[in-house]
Amino acid sequence: MEMSGFSAIIPLAYLASAVLFILGIKRLSHPDTAAGGNRLAAIGMLLAVIATLLESGLEYTWIIAGVAIGGLIGGIMARTVKMTAMPEMVAVFNGFGGAASGLVAVGEYLRVGGSETLAIDSGVSIMAGTLIGAVTFSGSMIAFGKLQGFVTGNAISNPLVKFSAGLLLGFAVVLAVYLVGFESNLVFYWCLIAAALILGVLFVIPIGGADMPVVVALLNSYSGLAAASAGFVLENNALIISGALVGASGLILTGIMCRAMNRSLANVLFSAFGTGAATAGRAADGDRVATPIEAEDSAMVLGYASQVIFVPGYGLAVAQAQHRVRELADLLTERGVSVRYCVHPVAGRMPGHMNVLLAEANVPYEQLCEPEDVNPDMENIDVAVVVGANDVVNPLARDDPQSPIGGMPIIETDRAKTCIVIKRSLSVGYAGIDNPLFYLRNNRMFFGDASDALARITEEVKQL
Amino acid sequence: MEGTLLIGLYVFVLAMFVGFELITKVPPTLHTPLMSGSNAISGISIVGALLVIGRAGDAHLMRWIGLAALILATINVVGGFLVTDRMLQMFKSKDAS
Repeated sequence: MEMSGFSAIIPLAYLASAVLFILGIKRLSHPDTAAGGNRLAAIGMLLAVIATLLESGLEYTWIIAGVAIGGLIGGIMARTVKMTAMPEMVAVFNGFGGAASGLVAVGEYLRVGGSETLAIDSGVSIMAGTLIGAVTFSGSMIAFGKLQGFVTGNAISNPLVKFSAGLLLGFAVVLAVYLVGFESNLVFYWCLIAAALILGVLFVIPIGGADMPVVVALLNSYSGLAAASAGFVLENNALIISGALVGASGLILTGIMCRAMNRSLANVLFSAFGTGAATAGRAADGDRVATPIEAEDSAMVLGYASQVIFVPGYGLAVAQAQHRVRELADLLTERGVSVRYCVHPVAGRMPGHMNVLLAEANVPYEQLCEPEDVNPDMENIDVAVVVGANDVVNPLARDDPQSPIGGMPIIETDRAKTCIVIKRSLSVGYAGIDNPLFYLRNNRMFFGDASDALARITEEVKQL
Repeated sequence: MEGTLLIGLYVFVLAMFVGFELITKVPPTLHTPLMSGSNAISGISIVGALLVIGRAGDAHLMRWIGLAALILATINVVGGFLVTDRMLQMFKSKDAS
């Protein structure tokens, strides 16, 4: 390889950048040090790029053009994206990362595989890099389309999709084996890329829109694996290490999301949740009555409470009501009420999304807590206010193992002294099942738009 | 050659373990910045893109492919780190107030 002829400076610089990535991620373990950690990782990236540029025979005009175009687009995207649109942004970036890694593999194939047969190890790396990169790219684009609403968010449960995906995967593997084991053939290689691209589409299209957090996390992992396989292609440890770190990160997040819904990854990927097959919940009984509440009474209950928790769901972000919640919370805090926000891991549309939205509204992170912090102490909570969330506070998950969400960890607001649910109607949530919480004696329904409802309650609290 | 593949595998597996150890310590509050930040790190394929352009020589197709990879990877790196920074500043700013 060209690299070995060069001095040890380049590989050592790659090592240093890998260390900076690791230290950077380590600092992400606390909000106070996290921004510094991110910058450390960025410095590591700069170091890796500079080290690569030291390599002889690079085409600087092309490189400057590429970096300028990419830097401009990336900079504008990062500056202008709305925080509610972070899942879309991450999905797009996953796709770009996968595509870049895949293209690196394609470039290497064109270089070494043009005529003679491929060496087994570089051949395997190139095929893996191409496959993973292409699947990550097209899968991420579909995930983006679903999040954005271009592609139907509905789960498409068609056995034909699964069948053709399986067939296509087999076809791609056969092609890859042929290309490595028998003869290098450019036409077959393009077929492999096409198959992998379609495979990525078929992999994401059957999955329901609300399961996208899991898919985006998984694709995040894939984009890391794609970078790692590009590292195998180029025999470059910087790519292998960084790719492995990202791969591990995505896998952990995927696992956390699945556990938070008490579903296996296979169930998320293949069961087309929420289409009707899994919606056999209990029908609402006619004799149960949900007690409504108005702004004035809500303000009374909240204003004279000592402990209040807010349980925000994605509906809060849809209504752009983060700032309204914070205004109300601030007002209550001024009155001496202890206020916390309890965020379920699957609230929002990607891991930690709701926390970012609350941080954007200037909610101090000290007030954010997790279900396991609040649940043991729920009897002492005077008021739990559920805004735009449904399934994550459904007591059926705890009480009825047969329910589609049975066993899913929930925020047990039904055990609070009073629970106020702000919601437009009594309709079912994503899981398609009735929520008995709405009919409990200690529960009140505040019917209306989240933003409007919170503003009215805030006004009433001011009058107290 | 097979030696390098094996060493690569060693590095990959050990780095995965380091990744698991590090990332389990990241609190759920920071999971979105973690994702966008690690996303930027996966833009390390920018190094691969630079090498592909460098090795292209007279192969025009390869050079264009390298350029496309470079643009995509740069978007990923620059956009990823900047947006992560933007988010993390929001988490940090509360200390002052």
